[in-house]
Amino acid sequence: MTCDPWTEKLDAYLDGELAEADARALVEHLRACPACTAEMLNRVQLKRAVHSAGRRFTPDPAFRARIEKNVSTHRPASVRRLWVAALAGCMFLIAAFLIVALQSSQQRAASPLLSELADLHVATLASANPVDVVSTDRHTVKPWFEGKIPFTFDLPELLDSPFTLVGGKVSYLHQSPGAELIFRIRQHQISVFIVQERGLGKMRAEGAANSFNVRSWTKNGLRYFVIGDVAAPDLDKLSDLLKSAG
Amino acid sequence: MYRRNKIRLRWFTLVCVSAERLPSESFEQLAMPLFERLYNFACWLTGDRAEAEDLVQETYAKALKGFSSFQPGTNFRAWIYRILRNAFLNSRTGLKAAATVPIDADGEEKVLPSVEQTPESILLQRSDSALVQQALEQLPLPHREILLLCEVEEMSYQEIATALAIPIGTVMSRLSRARQALRAAMLERKNTPKGSTMKAQL
Repeated sequence: MTCDPWTEKLDAYLDGELAEADARALVEHLRACPACTAEMLNRVQLKRAVHSAGRRFTPDPAFRARIEKNVSTHRPASVRRLWVAALAGCMFLIAAFLIVALQSSQQRAASPLLSELADLHVATLASANPVDVVSTDRHTVKPWFEGKIPFTFDLPELLDSPFTLVGGKVSYLHQSPGAELIFRIRQHQISVFIVQERGLGKMRAEGAANSFNVRSWTKNGLRYFVIGDVAAPDLDKLSDLLKSAG
Repeated sequence: MYRRNKIRLRWFTLVCVSAERLPSESFEQLAMPLFERLYNFACWLTGDRAEAEDLVQETYAKALKGFSSFQPGTNFRAWIYRILRNAFLNSRTGLKAAATVPIDADGEEKVLPSVEQTPESILLQRSDSALVQQALEQLPLPHREILLLCEVEEMSYQEIATALAIPIGTVMSRLSRARQALRAAMLERKNTPKGSTMKAQL
């Protein structure tokens, strides 16, 4: 038979749950008590048997893979997804910014030129001496500009057209000298500016400014601007005449 | 515009940093090493492999969902075993098992029947796991689970108390009774050898 106060403590001792002082006392007792020692050996054996017998079921690797996927795709992937989303969002914002900035810069680059053209045209219309050389003849106007501007240009024959050449003067567009020619159609006046292309860069000046219509093109390194309050078809007609001159 | 860009950049950094701020150990790092053991335990509880897989899957899903409520530094193993056990008790098999078990009643079979053979001597003779396994199978759920947690999982009494949601004193008394019940079951098995009742046999 075993000794009651000690056998109760055997399990706790084997489970590693006995306080150190109690454990020492128990070991002391076991040295002197063969019955308790035998009982303890029995319990150790049972404990070991349950330990090995209890490890019985091994999961299917496919099942493990399934769980692993569920577990690992959840958190790190969500972080990864968050990163991607944040990155995509930022890229989108940056792209949107660039587009808006580009557009506004282009508008800003274009509009000063347009308003400068409009200002010059209005100033000419308002002037008591709108032109410095008065002529309806292109052969008078063209030579007049010689020595006044660093380039030369060709003027169209207007005899068969509704336009008349009023005259011309030296003008400055964007700090570069150019020719301003005044044409008349019915009671409307149209200004034609001719400047060197390189003085302007890539600025656009097409469309309308202050209700004036504007046409612009480049020919032989010269930039032409046609501005007036006439209807677009008339402006186009004059533009075509100028383009075909030479 | 530069200012606005700067604010956006700061916001972006904030998002990234908060995404990086994670618990010291991820759920995966804590939970996956326990996978085999949880599965084994689930098989012992349910007695069926398919059911055990469902149970383990449910456990991982619930633990992952509730991981934010897990306090780092406390015992993760006991926590996840508790989730598994609760999930099992709410399953049909678990409800049935819980309904048919005697709860820690005191004063029954304190002393083993006195026979010349002890369970341990049988073990020495046969040295096979089948006897222990069959005896474990026929134990009522509270005895089976506490033996598994103590002997197989080698949990401390405190961990077992957490996993089973019982006081530590109950752990000790129930463990003692479970061991007695196991010995009795082994002797009984020895006298009337039968095949395993578990559906989950390999």
